[in-house]
Amino acid sequence: MSAVTTSRPRVGRSGAPRSDSPRSRAIREPLVSRTSAMLIMAVFTVYFLLPLWWLLVASSKSTGDILTTNPLWFADMRLFSNIGDLFAYRDGIFLRWLGNSLLYAGLGGAVATLLAAMAGYALAKYRFPGREVIFDVVLGGVLVPATALALPLFLIFSQVQLTNTFWAVFLPSLVSPFGVYLARIFAASSVPDELLEASRLDGAGEIRTFFTVSLRLMSPALVTMFLFQFVAIWNNFFLPLIMLRSEELFPVVFGLYGWNNQLNQIPELRGLVLIGALLSVIPLIVIFLLLQRFWRNGLGTGALK
Amino acid sequence: MKNRILTATAGVALSALLLAGCAGGGSGDSAGSGAAAAADCAPSDGPVTLEFTSWIPGIEKVVDMWNSANPDIQVKVQTGPNGNNGTYQNFFNQIAAGNAPDLGQIEYDALPNFLVQDGVENIAGCADVMAAKNQFVGWAWNQATLGQDNAVYGIPQDIGPMALFYRKDLFAANGIAIPTTWDEYTEAAKKVRALGGYITNFSQSDINQFAGFVWQAGGQWFGNDSDGWTVSLTDPASKKVADYWQSLIDQDLVSTYPAWTDEWNNAYNSSKVWTWNSAVWGANSISSGAPDTAGGWAVADLPQWKAGDAVSGNWGGSSIAVLKGSTHAYEATKFALWLNTSQEALTALNEEANIYPATTEGLKLPSLAKGVDFYGGQKIYDVFAKAATEVTPDFTWGPTMTKTYADVSDGFKAAVSGSGTLADALQKGQDATIGALESQSIPVKK
Repeated sequence: MSAVTTSRPRVGRSGAPRSDSPRSRAIREPLVSRTSAMLIMAVFTVYFLLPLWWLLVASSKSTGDILTTNPLWFADMRLFSNIGDLFAYRDGIFLRWLGNSLLYAGLGGAVATLLAAMAGYALAKYRFPGREVIFDVVLGGVLVPATALALPLFLIFSQVQLTNTFWAVFLPSLVSPFGVYLARIFAASSVPDELLEASRLDGAGEIRTFFTVSLRLMSPALVTMFLFQFVAIWNNFFLPLIMLRSEELFPVVFGLYGWNNQLNQIPELRGLVLIGALLSVIPLIVIFLLLQRFWRNGLGTGALK
Repeated sequence: MKNRILTATAGVALSALLLAGCAGGGSGDSAGSGAAAAADCAPSDGPVTLEFTSWIPGIEKVVDMWNSANPDIQVKVQTGPNGNNGTYQNFFNQIAAGNAPDLGQIEYDALPNFLVQDGVENIAGCADVMAAKNQFVGWAWNQATLGQDNAVYGIPQDIGPMALFYRKDLFAANGIAIPTTWDEYTEAAKKVRALGGYITNFSQSDINQFAGFVWQAGGQWFGNDSDGWTVSLTDPASKKVADYWQSLIDQDLVSTYPAWTDEWNNAYNSSKVWTWNSAVWGANSISSGAPDTAGGWAVADLPQWKAGDAVSGNWGGSSIAVLKGSTHAYEATKFALWLNTSQEALTALNEEANIYPATTEGLKLPSLAKGVDFYGGQKIYDVFAKAATEVTPDFTWGPTMTKTYADVSDGFKAAVSGSGTLADALQKGQDATIGALESQSIPVKK
């Protein structure tokens, strides 16, 4: 993005004087394609932001206005009273769901990241028999959709009486094959063997080396892994659907789905589902904004090497 | 969106079928207990806690009333999405894993599926069950027994008798008579169309509504006796209904918006569509979807095939079943009977969630006797109470309804967009349903 904007004036200047020569036409072409690229991107940006805009607008309306007023512009501004209604409905069960989601996704994402980092690091930096086999199995795990695993997981958890508990959703969230893959690639390229040698010579044990040296070098990858895992757990729908029966354990996505299902019987819920959906994407946006600095930084580091 | 959910559900359903098959074959414990064998219905010693899964909003308040009066039989409510949107699937998984809740909400059209997969207990032998039969609207009770003697697979909870919602104001202003027969309905449709409106919307996805029409016309999609299942989606009554709606579609007399969408709501809200043949619960769908038309609506009997007849259809309704594996069938049944027959529970269910009761006494609830403002103060529930007694008693659902709905709906969508007819869609549904039954080794009589 920034590369495009800085190089653009230069092209324009050199191409401007003799526009009829074949050479300048050759230079001008990128300008046209750049403009069209920007245009296409602008169209897509609007396309992707439009639903969010609609959600924001619809959340600020009363239930009656949602269907009867212009869907893309505000009517009576009731955003805050809607939020109040949402938090008050059924003794604030929505807040509980939000908390559950933060716990599943936040804690689960953090532990999953740590586990994946350790596994990926071990696969990258230690030579042991079966290393490639293990890695291949983990890679295979990337290909298996979580949905396909939900049912077998349910049967296993049933055996050990863990269905409809916090653990039923939390434990499966700790597994991140993609994270292992990413950690291995990143550890191989960003943690120099020499540094490990040095810390060993200084008398640090392997565990200490991992936590004080390697983990820091891997931190950009860790942020990426955490982000991916956080979003995946936050949006995970099928696992809670199968595992959970008690409302007080639901994550927010699944709870809202349940409300949305009841619209035929309780039409008033329409407004609450909308405002709930709006509030439920806010943590995702916040975490993206907070972490994108580290994340982008990490991508850049990898590219320069 | 709805499609995606349907496909997903179908996929999950399939995997669960496989699982259920494995579980049944592997353990071998179900070999002796045929689906018709009655549950062991002895009272348990000491206090009991029952698990009850439902998606009815606000049901926990009703259950609280029971819990405070019955310290020895406590009921724990668990909620989930609407049956076909996940809860049935969970039931099947839980039954396979042996940890199903004691009680579950099951719609009538899904009960046969649970029956053939041995997922529900036959509670006919439990105390007071057979005695309660006469409290229920006759055909509703049949829905829960699946037409068998000495078998009860659930206690009926609610029903969806059908009637004609219509725009009283528009009909009056334009001097169009309220149709009482389907022929008059066609005539009225032409007049409405001449005025730029549509008399109704034919929903390509609501096969349930279509089934309600077939039900009214005396069709019988499924039958079931000891030899196996009969499938007759293409019987003369179904053909008659299909041809009727096909001709309305061909003449552009009905709109064809997908139901429950914003366009659909808008069409009603902007007075583009004038009537809706729907179930009692549809009263809320209109008032929430078309708020601008408040006061203009009224309810009349469903149009008849023969002038002077009084036959209605049914759309929806559910029962409370005791799921396989429950060790407290006696207590579970006791609770289910209270929930669905006692005046206090039915009143609360009606007030909390607009549940329309399946008992004859329930049809006279004081909360149903009031005029409704949205319908110009009309006592609309009187119309539905009458319709409830006019539903033909013998309609049975098949064991693979999700699949049947999906197949027929595909055909309906094609018919609405001009390729094929509704009758073709039924033929396709007929063939696919027989195929689905045979592939699950469910005996089919041809």
